[in-house]
Amino acid sequence: MKSPMSSAPKTLFEKVWEQHVVVAPAGEPTVLYIDLQLLHEVTSPQAFEGLRLAGRKVRRPDRCIATVDHNVPTTIEGRIKIVDQIAAKQISTLRKNCADFGIELFDVDSPDQGIVHIIGPELGLTKPGMTIVCGDSHTATHGAFGALAFGMGTSEVEHVLATQTLPQSKPKTFRITVEGELPRGVTAKDIILAIIGQIGTDGATGCVIEYAGSAIRALSMEGRMTICNMSIEAGARAGMIAPDEVTYAYLKGRRYSPKGAAWDEAVAEWSKLPTDPGARFDRELVIDASELVPYVSWGTSPGMVAPITATVPDPAAASNEQERKGFERALDYMGIKAGTPLDAILIDRVFIGSCTNGRIEDMRAAARIAAGYKVSSHVSAMVVPGSQAVKKQAEAEGLDRIFKEAGFEWREPGCSMCLAMNPDVLSPGERCASTSNRNFEGRQGRGGRTHLVSPEMAAAAAIAGHFVDIRTWEVKR
Amino acid sequence: MEPFRTLTSIAAPLDRANVDTDQIIPKQFLKRIERTGYGEFLFFDWRKNAAGQPDSTFVLNDPRYNGAQILIAGKNFACGSSREHAAWALSNYGFRVVIAPSFADIFFSNAGKNGIVLVRLSEEQVNKLLNNAKTLANYQLTVSLEEQTVTDSLGFTASFEIDPFRKFCLIEGLDDIGLTLRHEAALDAFEAKHDQAGWLKAK
Repeated sequence: MKSPMSSAPKTLFEKVWEQHVVVAPAGEPTVLYIDLQLLHEVTSPQAFEGLRLAGRKVRRPDRCIATVDHNVPTTIEGRIKIVDQIAAKQISTLRKNCADFGIELFDVDSPDQGIVHIIGPELGLTKPGMTIVCGDSHTATHGAFGALAFGMGTSEVEHVLATQTLPQSKPKTFRITVEGELPRGVTAKDIILAIIGQIGTDGATGCVIEYAGSAIRALSMEGRMTICNMSIEAGARAGMIAPDEVTYAYLKGRRYSPKGAAWDEAVAEWSKLPTDPGARFDRELVIDASELVPYVSWGTSPGMVAPITATVPDPAAASNEQERKGFERALDYMGIKAGTPLDAILIDRVFIGSCTNGRIEDMRAAARIAAGYKVSSHVSAMVVPGSQAVKKQAEAEGLDRIFKEAGFEWREPGCSMCLAMNPDVLSPGERCASTSNRNFEGRQGRGGRTHLVSPEMAAAAAIAGHFVDIRTWEVKR
Repeated sequence: MEPFRTLTSIAAPLDRANVDTDQIIPKQFLKRIERTGYGEFLFFDWRKNAAGQPDSTFVLNDPRYNGAQILIAGKNFACGSSREHAAWALSNYGFRVVIAPSFADIFFSNAGKNGIVLVRLSEEQVNKLLNNAKTLANYQLTVSLEEQTVTDSLGFTASFEIDPFRKFCLIEGLDDIGLTLRHEAALDAFEAKHDQAGWLKAK
């Protein structure tokens, strides 16, 4: 259908959105078609139960996949027999639900098991232009491919299972352009921490962010996924990056990527997706990449970040009373004082992994820093690859040996200590340098204190026993 | 879903911004496969100290707020994880309304699916209500969804915006899947055509 509007310049988001509108009834949310639903053990059981109670079936099992990640222990012994009976029941419930409704499951013993947001791209399920949902807020990760991907609650999981659609109000668009060259030692994680620090944890509420600019284009797919992953920490519905040659090179040859003539057709379609010149966004922000530094979070919200060279901020500097109280509460919980240099903060634990930083490139980056060093005697450090495929690749490259020689534990894939729904938990008062995405109170265990950093910064902190400015690190090998 | 029209209740003040869903319902309670029974775990780590005893300084442990069905909170309420368990916990505990300057997007959707009315007022208005609820004995608010107003007996009146369709669903207590399936013929036609686009196939 041609209309005068059809030639107006469009954003990447608008193109994907329009391609998926089933019906847009006046005065109601748009019914949006969903190309792929990812499922895991924690947010799906009540959805399947709802289907059974209503006598409904899964409309498109071929547009669903499932895996186990949140609850699974990350030790081999722990996985053989899961001692937490409630967790074990949740996992066996997913198994039964997938069998009953005909959904492909990558179970705990599958060579394709892993964190749901890591295996989707690895298997070539995640592709440009698709709509992808999951009962998990970090679904935004898949937006790195130019997909519209967002998290949702369990009622919505059920809705997508039953109808392969989701009623959605159209979000606003927000382009964040990161221009210039990243300084050495500054990573994708630092870009997104800087953005959240600048706009706040509700800075993009109601928006889909498009990340653009030369610094974003220069990133690998792994780096782009790290950035889109944490869109939710800025309050956004989703984050997206336009597909390009980097995207196609990543996807080519993956299990569920198109093959042969279908590949050429797909690339032709994908190439039409990037935002047209002159397309308008509801909001814009430009960031100079050359001014970015390595960041460390100091508080209990992902917006509470500061450059590694800075000191812990003074609550007196807060802009209002509620913020001041929030700062004081955060410092009290974190057990640190205003004015403390961030690189003087001693740590007890290190966690390298998660859907934010559990991909092969993250493993390589951390190993490069750790090679030839030893983990500090007062630190316990673990590396948890995001998937079986990441683990296999890392082992083929000898990264596991580098970590183990340095004194890191090398674990089995899963969400692990990012949310500590499994045996990987901080003890009260323990302080952790973590490559994950949330530093909320108790996120990694009740009373645990989380500082968010890049994989390089986490590896260096493990060795030094405190945070260090990675730009001054001497790489040994 | 229980229909909602008007509610008068004690209002509990939770004077914190950026309350995240990890606080509303900590992860250890997400392993259950049921949809009910989360009320006792609401704000668990704030309600109970490390020894498992009630923390008397936390607002919901203050007997003045027993039976409160309205919660007043700071901006960006329920940010973080998408867990609908947060909405289930609030609802199971007895809350039917949350008043705050802003809410996180996913929670906004989850709350609606569980009959929880989210009322957005200005920071100034919310601060006034927080203050009243903290300082006045037996402070009650009336929330009318039909009128889109929040009032008290002392003369406070505020109106709030709500999407008309969301309002309709909350008042009628409507099931979402049923609503979507009104469009099943359109969905069948769309899907048949959409499936022809090989580049949008999942597998």
